[in-house]
Amino acid sequence: MRGQLLFTAFWTIVTKEIRRFTRIWVQTLLPPAITMTLYFIIFGNLIGSRIGDMGGFAYMEYIAPGLIMMSVITNSYGNVVSSFFGTKFQRNIEELLVAPIPNWVILAGYVAGGAARGLAVGVIVTLLSLFFTSLSIHHFFITLSTVILTAIVFSLGGFINAVYANTFDDISIVPTFILTPLTYLGGVFYSISLLPGFWQTLSQFNPILYMVNSFRYGLLGVSDINIGFAFMMIIGFIIVLAAFAMHLLNTGKGIRS
Amino acid sequence: MANALVLEDLTKTYANGFVALKGISLEVKEGDFFALLGPNGAGKSTTLGIVSSLVNKTSGQVKIFGFDLETQTADAKKMLGVVPQEFNFNAFEKVIDIVVTQAGYYGIPKQKATERAEFYLRKLGLWEKKNQSARMLSGGMKRRLMIARALVHEPKLLILDEPTAGVDIELRRSMWEFLREINAQGTSIILTTHYLEEAESLCRNIAIIDKGKIIENTSMRSLLLKLNTETFILDLKDELPDLVAINGYGLRQIDARSIEIDVDKNTGLNRVFQQLADQGVQVMSMRNKSNRLEELFVSLVEKNLEMKELA
Ligand SMILES: Nc1ncnc2c1ncn2[C@@H]1O[C@H](COP(=O)(O)OP(=O)(O)OP(=O)(O)O)[C@@H](O)[C@H]1O
Ligand SMILES: [Mg+2]
Repeated sequence: MRGQLLFTAFWTIVTKEIRRFTRIWVQTLLPPAITMTLYFIIFGNLIGSRIGDMGGFAYMEYIAPGLIMMSVITNSYGNVVSSFFGTKFQRNIEELLVAPIPNWVILAGYVAGGAARGLAVGVIVTLLSLFFTSLSIHHFFITLSTVILTAIVFSLGGFINAVYANTFDDISIVPTFILTPLTYLGGVFYSISLLPGFWQTLSQFNPILYMVNSFRYGLLGVSDINIGFAFMMIIGFIIVLAAFAMHLLNTGKGIRS
Repeated sequence: MANALVLEDLTKTYANGFVALKGISLEVKEGDFFALLGPNGAGKSTTLGIVSSLVNKTSGQVKIFGFDLETQTADAKKMLGVVPQEFNFNAFEKVIDIVVTQAGYYGIPKQKATERAEFYLRKLGLWEKKNQSARMLSGGMKRRLMIARALVHEPKLLILDEPTAGVDIELRRSMWEFLREINAQGTSIILTTHYLEEAESLCRNIAIIDKGKIIENTSMRSLLLKLNTETFILDLKDELPDLVAINGYGLRQIDARSIEIDVDKNTGLNRVFQQLADQGVQVMSMRNKSNRLEELFVSLVEKNLEMKELA
């Protein structure tokens, strides 16, 4: 009975989140479609044809998984950080605070909403990539679980960012100064085996490298890193971030005075 | 009868060190229509904020229909509907979605939620606006939207923080009618307002809060009874050695040369002067103290100010 109520509450948050990002699809779904199409045309087709092989695949084929992951990461994070910050800003967070919803359901709802946008954009970008290259799936389960778990990691990150954010600027700092650089340096466009030793070692501290490579492994069957380790790390991130987000919610940080 | 709300020694110190509540204790009976009055910044919204889980309390206890808000949170919250002072819905959402979503937060399945939303939106005259986004509503409609949203899970206790602020007279009266109706159907109501006329016409019991403390907590009837006696201050020529007595009137000495006297409006003043004259007391002048709820309110708050300055 209680479970039923909680599920209804959870699902209400998820559908509200999906309604939000589909209502403003011009700001949420269209931009990644355009950007990624440009990436495919420029890096994949125009430049890629001169680069030749990467990891035993045509350059286009090699970067496609990276670009898909890049959109999933950006959009999961972006959805939760904007939506939850907006909810705080307009104070409709109070609608949730007065209701008998445990904090973990609130967190789960927002994270699922963020993951839904990340995955929706992932699917759009994947479909677009099919105009430029062919994708075959090597390990279906690894592909799917990597992309879902990654979407969860970054939705949690976006949530934490939103809790701390006080102004609209605060929601773009992390994406601009941390997320984008880490993604570009996370093996989206190249195999780290091309890098000199020091940079290779340094790259291994970049969590996004593991997510991109794990996803690429699922699709192409090649990876710079150990897949088992990648999964452990992703799940570790989820546990740590979720625990931290719960701590923030329980203390009411940035939400209750 | 059961209590709809019990507050025990509630205190609140905000993060900046400001002490907004200094020990609020209050009981609101089931079925009551209760007014929480007080000047700006008294702590009304802070009190209701703690009850609604929007503000963290510093200490004290909140019980809603016997459920402790801290340990039986979900049960306590289900009993409660909240209409806050500030608009707090997503202005970009459609009216109907706002109400249906709120029902969902209480675990009400979609179909039932939609039926309830229709019922309350119709009742509050917003059904024609159901597909507009909330930002396109007028101020009075936004308030009514918040009332519909607060009722959609059919709470047993409804709290409204200045529900009629910025609402025109006609609409205010229709809102009163509506609140009376749901109160008659068994919903306990607590409201704050700056319109004493509103409290007088709606509420059976009342608390006045000032600077984070309850300075008056009584029934509206006994408060109004106070208002049926007019209070006069008499300045005397000579110092009174002892407090004189006057049959049929309440009398208090304020200082050596002035006394305060309660006069029932039906009795009149003649006998006062007669008796005073008989006792050789000469009255030099007379002033009228408050006789309206407003003035009573102001005097209570001012008395609290004096106490504060003495302390
Ligand atoms: N977040 C906050 N941080 C610090 N002080 C606060 C905060 N919120 C309210 N206060 C202070 O607490 C006091 C009580 O505020 P509250 O909003 O409870 O008053 P109120 O009785 O509802 O007044 P009004 O009639 O103006 O709505 C005020 O002095 C206010 O400045
Ligand atoms: Mg207030």
